[in-house]
Order: sequence, then C-alpha cells, then structure tokens
Amino acid sequence: MTDAASQSDEALLDRFQRAAFGYFLDHVNPENGLVADASRAGAPASIAVVGFALSCYPVAVERRWMTRSDAAARTLVTLRFFCGSPQGDEPDATGYKGFYYHFIDMTTGRRAWQSELSLIDTTLLLAGVLTASVYFDEDTASESEIRARADAIYRRMDWQWARDGGTTERQGWKPESGFLHYGWEGYSEAIILYVLGLASPSFPVPDDSFGAWTATYQWENIYDREFLYAGPLFIHLFSHAWIDFAGIRDRFMREKDSDYFENSCRAIQVQREYAYRNPHGFDGYGGDCWGITANDGPGFETLTIEGRERRFLGYAARGVPYGPDDGTIDPCAALASLPFAPELALSALRHFCARYPEMIRESRLPSSFNPTFRGGGSPRWMSPDYFGLDQGILVLMIENHRSGLIWSLMRRCPYIGAGLRRAGFTGGWLS
Amino acid sequence: MTETIVPPAGAMQDGDWSPKAAPDDRFHRALLDNVRPPAWRNPTPATRYNLVVIGAGPGGLTAAREAAALGAKVALVERDLIGGDRLNVGCVPSKALIRTARLYAEMRGAEDLGGQVPGDIGIGFPAVMARMRRIQARLSGAASARRLSDAGVDVYFGEAGFTGSDTVTVGNAVLRFKKALVATGARPLTPPIPGLAEAGYLTNENVFNLTECPPRLLVIGGGPLGCELAQAFCRFGSHVIIVQDDPMFLPKEERDAAQILSDALAQDGVEIHLNTTVVAARGEGTRKIVDLLCDGDKCSVSVDAILAGIGRAPNVESLNLEAAGVRYDTEAGIHVDDFLRTSNRRIYAAGDVCLKHKFTHAAEASARIVVRNALFLGRKRLSALTIPWCTYTDPEIAHVGLYVREARERAIPVTTFTILMHDVDRAVTDGEEDGFVKIHVRDGSDEILGATVVARHAGEMINGLSLAIGVGIGLRALARVIQAYPTQAGAIKMAAEAYSRTRLTPRLKSLSRRWLAW
Repeated sequence: MTDAASQSDEALLDRFQRAAFGYFLDHVNPENGLVADASRAGAPASIAVVGFALSCYPVAVERRWMTRSDAAARTLVTLRFFCGSPQGDEPDATGYKGFYYHFIDMTTGRRAWQSELSLIDTTLLLAGVLTASVYFDEDTASESEIRARADAIYRRMDWQWARDGGTTERQGWKPESGFLHYGWEGYSEAIILYVLGLASPSFPVPDDSFGAWTATYQWENIYDREFLYAGPLFIHLFSHAWIDFAGIRDRFMREKDSDYFENSCRAIQVQREYAYRNPHGFDGYGGDCWGITANDGPGFETLTIEGRERRFLGYAARGVPYGPDDGTIDPCAALASLPFAPELALSALRHFCARYPEMIRESRLPSSFNPTFRGGGSPRWMSPDYFGLDQGILVLMIENHRSGLIWSLMRRCPYIGAGLRRAGFTGGWLS
Repeated sequence: MTETIVPPAGAMQDGDWSPKAAPDDRFHRALLDNVRPPAWRNPTPATRYNLVVIGAGPGGLTAAREAAALGAKVALVERDLIGGDRLNVGCVPSKALIRTARLYAEMRGAEDLGGQVPGDIGIGFPAVMARMRRIQARLSGAASARRLSDAGVDVYFGEAGFTGSDTVTVGNAVLRFKKALVATGARPLTPPIPGLAEAGYLTNENVFNLTECPPRLLVIGGGPLGCELAQAFCRFGSHVIIVQDDPMFLPKEERDAAQILSDALAQDGVEIHLNTTVVAARGEGTRKIVDLLCDGDKCSVSVDAILAGIGRAPNVESLNLEAAGVRYDTEAGIHVDDFLRTSNRRIYAAGDVCLKHKFTHAAEASARIVVRNALFLGRKRLSALTIPWCTYTDPEIAHVGLYVREARERAIPVTTFTILMHDVDRAVTDGEEDGFVKIHVRDGSDEILGATVVARHAGEMINGLSLAIGVGIGLRALARVIQAYPTQAGAIKMAAEAYSRTRLTPRLKSLSRRWLAW
C-alpha cells in the first residue's frame, strides 16, 4: 500500500470499498447464497453477514462491479434458501418462528455451533432482504419473485413471540433452554430491530416497547461531549448503515435536542479523544488510530510487556471509555465512520496505510490489529481472518458517504418509515 | 506473639470445608466475653419498659443506646451474639480479609508501581484469619454487654417471642413494653439446589470460621458478598470459580460498573461463569462436584468448597409475631409504613428484617427514626433517607440516590457527568486508574439525583455525594468548593466543573469575547 498518499480521497475509497465487497464474492456459497462469517477455513455462515451481502449487491450494481441480473440472481438464490429452509423447534433447523439461528452451516444451512436464534442477526438479515426488495423494483420474473419472497420472509417473523410475554424484545432463544434470559439494556444496535419489529405487517410489537427500551438509555457527558452512550463503536454504525437518522428525532432525542446521526458524530469524537488520551498506554493509539469495538483479538492471554501486565482478549465487545480495552484497533470501524466524520475517517485510513502497510493486503483492511501484542516474534498482532461484518459495514458506509444509496433506498421502504413513526420519530425526511 | 489455633472439636475435619464454629483462640474468647459473656445473668425485668428491642445487631444497638441516653427504660434481647452480622459474620470480618487480600495483590503487582515483587509471597492463611478475629475482638468492646448495661440498657440473652400486643417473653422473663422494636436482621438464603445441603456449603455465617484456605472454591452468586469474597479468596491463592445466573455481576448496579468489576475479577484470575445456573451438587469423597448450566450447555466442576451468597431472608420466624398482630411475610419481612410502624401501633421494625436495602448504615438510620417516632411522637420518614451503599471489591463500587433508569421511569430527564479515574491525577499517581465517577443531574438544573463511583476508595468518595444529595447541594456549589490537591475525590469536583462548562453557552462565549475585545 505504497501509493495511498498519492491517491485522491475518492480513488482511495473506491479501491477499499471494492476490495471489501470482494469478500462477498470470495466467501459465498453460490448454491444457497450463504456467506461465511469469516474467511477462515470451515467457518459457518452468519445470517447477519448475509444481510450485509444482500445490501452490498445493489452497491455493486451501481458501481458497475456486477450486472443487475447477476445481483438479482444471487439475491434470489439467497431468498429462496431462507424461504425454504427448515423452520421448527428441532435443534438443527435453520430457524424458528420466522427468525434464524446466528450461525448456520454453509452447505446444509442447518444450525451451527449450537448458536442461538438471534433477533439482532435476523434483523440485519432482514435489513438486507428489504434493501433488495426495494432495489429490485423492475417488473421481471426474478425481481418480482425477490419482492414476494422478501415479503414472505418478513411476514413469517413472529416478533410478538420474541417478547416472551414482556414489553421488550429478548435477545435470542435456544431449543435447549428457551429464551436467553437477558434483553436489551442501554443504547445499542437494536434500534433497527425495534423499528422493524414495530413495522411488522403480521406480528408487530406494541408501541410502548420502544419507549420501554429507551428508558434504559444513558445520556452522558464524557470528555466534555454529551451523547447517548454506548461503548463499542459498531453500535453507533450498524443501524445507521440502513437508516438515515439525520434530522429525524424520537422523544428521547427531542428531549436532548439532538438526533442519532449527530450522536454518532459525537461518539466518534469520544472514541478519538480516548485514543488520543490513551489512558492504558497502548502502542499505536492516537488521533489517527482509533476504532475500539466488538472484534477479533489476539486471544485470551496475559503477558508482561515492558514491565506491565497486559491481559489480552479474543473476540470481544471492546468499548470506550469503560472497556474492555486490550489495545486492539478495528480499522474497518474507523473507516466506516466516514458519513459522520469524513475528515477523521480518511485521516485514519491514510495513517493506517502509511504506518501499517503490511496489514493491508489487496486493499482489504483487516478485522483488527494490536500493536501492543507482540507474540511469535511479530512486531504486532493482526487478525488472521477477515470478518464479513467488518467488510459489509465498510461497503455500506462508504457508499452512504459517496452517494447515500442505501439510505435513499431504505427511505423508500414503507416498513422503515412506518416503524420509525410508530417509534415516535418525526421531522426531517419523515415529514 | 503467635498462638496455636485449636479448632473446636468437630468444627472442621480434614477435607470438610463446612466449619460450624470459630477456632477457640484468645481473640475469639475475648470477642465472646464482650458479645456473649459466658457468665452473664439476665436482669430482673422492669415493671414496664419504654422500649423493648429484639435483636442486638446494628439497628437494635443503635436504638437501645439512643433511647437509653434519652432517659428511656430499655430492654435489649439477643438470641446469639451482640453486634449482629456486622461484627460477627459480615462487614467487619470481610473487610479485614479484604484488606489482607489487597496486600497480596499489591505485592504481586509491585512492578506496576516501580517496586520489586517479593521473592516468596507465601500465604499464611491462619495468620490472616487470626488478624480478622483480633479485629473483631477489638471492635466488640464498643458493643459489649457490660457497656450496654452500664449505659442503662437491660441486656437479655435468649430467644424472644411475643405473647401479646405488649408483652415479650425471654425464657421465663416477661417483658412488658410501651413500644417495641423488632430488629432481628436477616440470614443467608438457602439456595434451592438439589444435593447442595448434603454436599455442604459455606455462607457468610461460617466462611469466616475457616482455618485453611480451600484450594478450589466455587462461589454461587455474583452479588456483593459473592464478588467480594471471590476476589479475596482468589488473592489468597484459591482457584475461585464464580457462577452468576445473570449476564452481569451486581445486576442492580450500572452495567459499566459491572463491566469494570468483571474485568477486575478476571484480572485477578477468578474463573467467571456469567449467565450460568448451578443445577446440582454432590459430594464425592473430599470433593464437591457441581453441575452448571449455561444456555443449554451443561458442564461439571470439581471443587473443595462451595460458598453461597444469593441473598438474604428476614428473620421473622420464632418471634410469634401473630400473637402481637404484626403482619409479615417470609420474603419481604415485617411490613412497615413510611414511619417504620408495623400493623401493631406499639411495635416498630428496623434494619434487615423489614428494609429492602440490607446495610448496616441503613439499619442504624432506620433505628434512629424508630426512636424518634416511637418515643417522641416523631414523624420521621424512611423515604426521606439518602442511603448510599458500597460493594468492597477492588475497585469498589458505590452508589447513592437514583439510577438513571429510575429517574427516567419517573419521567425525569437526566444528564450524567462522567469523569474517568484515568483522568484524575491522584488516581494516576496511585496506579488506581480503573473506574469512574458518574453524577446524574436533572436536566435544566444542577440538582444531583444520584451518583455511582467505581474507584479503589469509592466507599470513601460516595459520602461526599451523599452529603450533597442529603442537604441539597448542587453541582454549581460543588464546583466552587476548594479541595485539597491531589486526591481521588477530586474527581467529584472535576465532574462539577464539567457541568459548569456546559453553562458556557455560545451566546455567553460571544458576549465574553466582545467584552474582552472592548
């Protein structure tokens, strides 16, 4: 990556965006449309990553990386799989009550790793399904079938069951033990989950569920910046990949005279400020090296480095400023912050290219790296795998920055508007 | 001077980690001389007492002393040891252990402070426990039966039971009263786990009697007791496994506080099983096998001892409350109104037997209310109290007032002013940077609604915020207070200053610039 400095911002972004999209071509099963959770051999499919893939295909068509018919065919294969795969309470089904297991086998499509029936991952899958249903709007047999199957998938999801008799949604369910006995606490990526649950054409959650969830919010002043707190950076990005929150406000944001878009801007400033202050003295942290989020890590190991005991983590939900933080940076999350902080994100990207050129292979950013961890004689740890979530959020957020394509598509999705209105959002593009 | 510790006969056999009694050393004998004198004879009852207090824990002691000091004729009845949980099986012994445990952690982490790790950090567990008993004996002097008697309190040892709306019997003695206070406290809840009772387990009532440190200890419950002792025993060299059925420790506290605690326990080496239930236990020789269930996945662990800390049940049985017309239930305890009066207008309750917040200081504060209300026609309300609390892990986790969620449920808009301890000079110089101060303020004002402090000395720091809430001092006033520098409590002033900076609106900035340019 020696030529990044000489490239224009637009050229640089195009290169990284296209390379990220390449993940979905490299790790898809064309027979069923499933996409691997990560690039490592034998990884199962992640339904959330499939959702990102479905959302990326329209980007690829518009960027002329793929023909519309190819994208439609890939989409249709995927939707046919999710319509037809087994649903039921047997432990190896693909899903239950219209929702899907977090991880499924790449070939058979059956539940993998004894994973949970995941509401948020099903939601991210559904976001991709709905993106496809809006984008593929032509009156052809394949595109008509895409729309019909998308609608069928949505209608089958029983969001009311997923409340387990309560007001708010549960996080998941397992056939062996029933509902996971924890729900959503505090601001999180679940905002799109509630929007789609409220908009369900068949099993809508009650109006007060969104308010019951937002009652757990915390509005904090940290480093002299006031924002709706959530620690991991991805929380401030994921729902925003599909929904343009600029200028629309729910009751909470009206109370605080802000909106969720502005909130992500502030959260990114807090991330950067934390990295600048670098309270734990990790290598590499600084104004251009930030992005602390849920991602891969060096592994659960404690080492003494320069006289200081350091406890490292594997895959974990890292966060700012309360931690956990083990010195692991996610360059994808930093670059995916582009719509909220374009100058900061581009500056970070150029820093990564200049300072750590060896970690960028074929213009693809790694899931994460840790300059403090120096295992095996290497100067720093770098995730050996690419993760579909990282590459997917990169494609979508770079596109939202460049053209606003996904945001404009989802504004046309009637479910998104309906869900937002039922959640109490007003103003902006909802007017 | 050292002394050989002789466990009482049958107290603990080899491999039996369920001790029934404390070792019979001079410290324990000194303790008993104060809190249960072997030769004590109950006094002859007065014709009628102004106040009969049942239970000589923190609440009962406070009420008895204060009432006697005010000239009341007072009887105090205790069935076991004066001092209650606080002195005998609670705060005092646990904090003594925690202090020694912290010393060991600091020795191991000496390099972080530029020091050298001592060559041989051997754990002398008997010495740790002997120090704990010495401290108990020393602090028991203030609560001795003789001193209470000297203060004018008639001290009775024995089981108390109501025999009417204004009488209590203790053995053969009948105590008639104008007013009575039930302050019998609470006891550890028994975990409903098949096989656990047969396998044997520890609670706060016998864990402090241990004479050897269990090599492998399983702690059931991630509340304050479980977390404190899990960390302490881990620092003493036990391999500690802590099992919590919630997805977080201290589920009532802020999730960020629980996250920091989880990281701290992991850093110490505690094996953490969150979102996990203990489904069965059984003894196999000297081992105990415990079956765990997490989201449908089962596993078993083998340990030497089990410590249960899943909550507390009020001591309402055997008081014959029905005879006095006092309503109660076995979960919430004695039912009281905001003046701490029971369904019998002569009888009040205080402390763990009736309060949601089962803390020593809450028991004492509620007992003071009872003295005013019962004896002096007072109208003091329980709901008017500002009660802080603290979990004494490392770092400590302290809270006072409302949580954000509680405020939002009451439709109160809140902004939280947060200072990270890593931005506090004294915390940095002390190498104690984990934690934060969060102060919750009503929007549009500087009124402090609540606060959470996570810091090495959070229990000390929360008291300033408790004072501020109690007397209505807002963040503007706190920002003006000059504090000694450098202190970790300076974080509170830093939060107040962060609030003050939010008042510097763009309009004020503009006016300021124009003034200065003029």
